[in-house]
Amino acid sequence: MNEYNFAYLDEQTKRMIRRAILKGLAVPGYQVPFASREMPMPYGWGTGGVQVSAATLTPDDTFKVIDQGADDTTNAISIRKFFEKTAGVQVTEKTSDATVIQTRHRIPETELSEDQILVYQVPIPEPLRFLEPSEVETRKMHALEEYGLMHVKLYEDISRHGAIATSYAYPVKVEGRYVMDPSPIPKFDNPKMEMAAIQLFGAGREQRIYALPPFTKVVSLDFDDYPFEASKADHSCEICGASHTYLDEVIVDDDGNRIFVCSDTDYCATHASKPQEAAE
Amino acid sequence: MKPLLAVEGISKFYGRRIGCASVSFDLYPGEVLGIVGESGSGKSTLLNCLAGHLTPDLGQIMFHTRTSGMQDILQMSESERRMLSRTDWAFVHQHARDGLRMSVSAGGNVGERLMAVGERHYGQIREKAIDWLSRVEIASDRVDDRPTAFSGGMQQRLQIARNLVTGPRLVFMDEPTGGLDVSVQARLLDLLRGLVREMGLSAIIVTHDLAVVRLLADRLMVMKDGYVVETGLTDQVLDDPQHAYTQLLVSSVLQV
Repeated sequence: MNEYNFAYLDEQTKRMIRRAILKGLAVPGYQVPFASREMPMPYGWGTGGVQVSAATLTPDDTFKVIDQGADDTTNAISIRKFFEKTAGVQVTEKTSDATVIQTRHRIPETELSEDQILVYQVPIPEPLRFLEPSEVETRKMHALEEYGLMHVKLYEDISRHGAIATSYAYPVKVEGRYVMDPSPIPKFDNPKMEMAAIQLFGAGREQRIYALPPFTKVVSLDFDDYPFEASKADHSCEICGASHTYLDEVIVDDDGNRIFVCSDTDYCATHASKPQEAAE
Repeated sequence: MKPLLAVEGISKFYGRRIGCASVSFDLYPGEVLGIVGESGSGKSTLLNCLAGHLTPDLGQIMFHTRTSGMQDILQMSESERRMLSRTDWAFVHQHARDGLRMSVSAGGNVGERLMAVGERHYGQIREKAIDWLSRVEIASDRVDDRPTAFSGGMQQRLQIARNLVTGPRLVFMDEPTGGLDVSVQARLLDLLRGLVREMGLSAIIVTHDLAVVRLLADRLMVMKDGYVVETGLTDQVLDDPQHAYTQLLVSSVLQV
């Protein structure tokens, strides 16, 4: 398909995004402004992630897209097709085969390695946004490391619900400096963020890019007497039987019966096929 | 005794108009200074300059910091100044809405300053919040209510609790009783007087209400058109006003 430049965006735009990514990697957790482009998809569908992926992909890459852990949802399929068409890159559903993984709301269960890049789609990059509406003020707070307000949010959680009820987009502190919104991943995934792969975050509508280099220290905020807990549903997967993965609750009939299944479809499929292989 | 705050020749201009001009005074620990004057006389401009919300065009403001003695506030870095304004200073706004987070519970409002200076133990923060609520006469079962559910007087008391929880040494108050009815005003003043005495606070109170300064202030500064026209002990200024404007001000109060 040669009507498009490689990976849809023009080379100048990709350079601009790459500069933002490099700056983000140099200052982990810092939100770098960038000139976000209109993409052929609505805001909120991953325009930021798509732009970061476009700037990151090379013709040799193998690309995977997950949406809430699944490879086969509308969002994941259409973004995968988009790059299949405009970049001609190989695509895969296997986490270990992919070199660039764009994700919405999950980190894969399979541990990522040094030669992989994980690209997050971020709706609201500013962790302080719902407490402090002014962007001028939040930037100042980041600059001066004034993060008391973040704990006010957690305090409110405990006073209202008896525990820290924030279960996704759980704020983290990066390398003891910047407080960062990890995008709406479940807090179950927070401890995984200290990983070997490069993590890039793109917020298209808000025009921000931030990044975590490999093995960056990422600490979830908490109180001394209410420590952080990476919680998940207290079940095991109905399909593959895994008990250590993040689960989705699925209603299966009109009587309200429900089952819990792995949200990571690729992990679930490989895990489910393994016992059978062993039996054969 | 060394002054807590030494102000020298503070001037602030809005273009060609004068906000306040060449104001100088010393404030000593434990002292309450009242600033009175009519609307537009530069009281609030002066207060905002002192509290670091506005940058004055001329003059210097020296504050006696806990760690390194007298420091010029205007020469400090912004982070130092902001640190000061959430530890050693407090600012009570006229409208409680400006000083409170309306979407956060009373306990969270009081706890914010504690968390901002590094308190990370929920139980202790909450305990302190409840203690402070009771000190400003708010029942402890209201700790999880939002300020939107509070009356005007309660909101103002909550704002005071939120400001005093870190044990500041200097409190700026901008019309703390404005917009409250007289009986609520009286109770608030009583409370403020008690807290000021008990904690040994220094305070600068801006108001146009002479009754407020009569009750709270040790010393008085009268401002008109940006200039200080008269200073002295409160009773002295109010009972024996020298400047024509002060005489007008004092005689305008309705005697009941």
